[in-house]
Amino acid sequence: MTSFPEAARIALGDSQLRHNLRNATTTIRDKRARVVAEVPDWDELREAGRAIKADVMRRLDEYLLQFEESVQAAGGQVHWARDGAEANAIVLDVARAHDVTEVVKVKSLTTDEIGLNEALAAGGVHAIETDFAELILQLDGDWPSHILVPAIHRNRSEIRDLFMRTIADGRELSDDPRELADTARLYLREKFLDAKVGVSGANFGIAETGTLVVVESEGNGRMCTTLPPVLVTVLGIEKLLPTFADLEVFLQLLPRSSTGERMNPYTSLWTGVTIGDGPQEFHVVLLDNGRTRVLSDQVGRQALHCIRCSACLNVCPVYRRTGGHAYGSVYPGPIGAILTPQLRGVANAKSLPYASSLCGACYEVCPVKIDIPSVLLHLRAQTEKDVAERIAMRSLARIFGNVRLYEWAQRLARAGEGPARRVPGPLASWTQTRDLKPFAKETFREWWSRERGA
Amino acid sequence: MRIGLFVTCLGDTLFPEAPKATVTVLERLGHDVVFPRDQTCCGQLHQNSGYLDEARALARRFTAIFGDFDAVVSPSSSCVGAVRELSPEIAPRVFELSEFLVGQLGVEDVGAYFPHRVTYHPTCHSLRVVRVGAAPRRLLLAVRGLELVELPEADECCGFGGTFAVKNPDTSTAMLADKCRSVLATGAEVVTAVDGSCLMQIGGGLSRQRTGVGTMHLAEILAS
Repeated sequence: MTSFPEAARIALGDSQLRHNLRNATTTIRDKRARVVAEVPDWDELREAGRAIKADVMRRLDEYLLQFEESVQAAGGQVHWARDGAEANAIVLDVARAHDVTEVVKVKSLTTDEIGLNEALAAGGVHAIETDFAELILQLDGDWPSHILVPAIHRNRSEIRDLFMRTIADGRELSDDPRELADTARLYLREKFLDAKVGVSGANFGIAETGTLVVVESEGNGRMCTTLPPVLVTVLGIEKLLPTFADLEVFLQLLPRSSTGERMNPYTSLWTGVTIGDGPQEFHVVLLDNGRTRVLSDQVGRQALHCIRCSACLNVCPVYRRTGGHAYGSVYPGPIGAILTPQLRGVANAKSLPYASSLCGACYEVCPVKIDIPSVLLHLRAQTEKDVAERIAMRSLARIFGNVRLYEWAQRLARAGEGPARRVPGPLASWTQTRDLKPFAKETFREWWSRERGA
Repeated sequence: MRIGLFVTCLGDTLFPEAPKATVTVLERLGHDVVFPRDQTCCGQLHQNSGYLDEARALARRFTAIFGDFDAVVSPSSSCVGAVRELSPEIAPRVFELSEFLVGQLGVEDVGAYFPHRVTYHPTCHSLRVVRVGAAPRRLLLAVRGLELVELPEADECCGFGGTFAVKNPDTSTAMLADKCRSVLATGAEVVTAVDGSCLMQIGGGLSRQRTGVGTMHLAEILAS
């Protein structure tokens, strides 16, 4: 994977992207701040969310078995997948069993994480994304750059051109958002009515009842989970909640943190199969794909508390400038910087824990209080350091460990400083864009000795 | 009260004006200040760079040097935040200068005179780690002659972040560019903050762009 600094450099050069990101994240961020300020017990809600999730992680083995039992009792079928390949094969088997070449899909990061669409395509099944933004990306062969607003990096004139090329049936379109939405709606309605198999992720799975919950804005999720006679849901194992009553906490936390709404427009809940109503065949695939490994790390496991609201992206000064693609994963921003290295192994994403100035804005807004800066530091400690850096840092530690060495190093640094405004070595990247502060002519300790003695 | 001055390694070496001004302000208020000469670094650099063993060793050293003081005061919120995490035994007695003046001593007017247009950048660690709240602003408002102008998008990070500025130079520079733009929009002559490291980043950008806007640590304004 391309390193973050390299990918970021390319993204930073795209002024249209910078403009789109700034506008969109500022709007959502301000909306969130307004609706969160309305809730007098917001901090207690966050603490409740954190506590419920921490309990789920501690007793995940029990909750998973309880969930399986509940789903089966309600007439659903439960599958277990160790990784993406197993999950993809299960979904493909269901599609094949019903002899379909198309399935309709609800927006789902989990299925993006495992590359389900590509795996289905390789098996001869076309997965149609029905979320407006996901559809835009799919039609253009692009991929999401934001958890909530996957096409945040695109603007409406780009979307108009794309629709004219793809789904408008030769009609002339303007870049009016309503007209663009109507064009997508017309295309998607036919797909919903024809579909025999629907595929979804889920925001929550309730261990007590076997209920699945999808929270969305557009209504396409409701269509996908009710119209096709067969439904397959891919659920990351960390998405469980113990009881139905726990939803009370999360259905307050999620919409306010995510879209900045008091309540989201559509919340779909279903439990197994109901005769004569909705899908008559229901499968749920419980996906591990690295999550058990994350769970085994006592500090890092809080990344599994994430409810995918994306509040941390919208306040992150790094994300707001680089956009999501720089993070090289379907999980961008601060949460991606701690989740991706853990899911894939730190060695496979070693620049991500450093893709943060540790400003702490993410921790402040997280609805389940994930201490992202602390997890970043925890992961930095696990990355393999390059040799030159390791030698430099060890030497510095030795110098800081002995005040005589430290004072000697101060004098040496000052003596070695030339008049150059651009310095070589590891600090060169500083002086490319910033003037370097010269060493003080007299250190504080020299001044203290001169003035106060001792 | 025995006050130990924690000057920080950067303050000692690169911007001694800030710890010197801290001494001036505290002594003007009638307090004795001690500078423990053995101090070097609190361990933050190593912790933030992923060298935990080295960080913990430096924190143990720090705790031993500052363990006997009634209060440890520093002109850096970032280093105070690191000490509170790395050296929990002495954490309750370690303070950033502005929170010490307003929160512990109950002082807002330190007798300063600074007839300039100033904007205040609330650094990330002062806002979200040490939580100094309104203390710096209240101190600035009590400075005679000073005109305080609001910084747009004040709570956005300046892009320093320690080694972040070197490991992610392009992103850091993009953040700095926006911060400089905000500073220039205020028409201020001076931008101030409670962290010398952030001022080094902002000042580095303002100077490279030849803006003529200066940076001064809050302590320096309070000592004027």
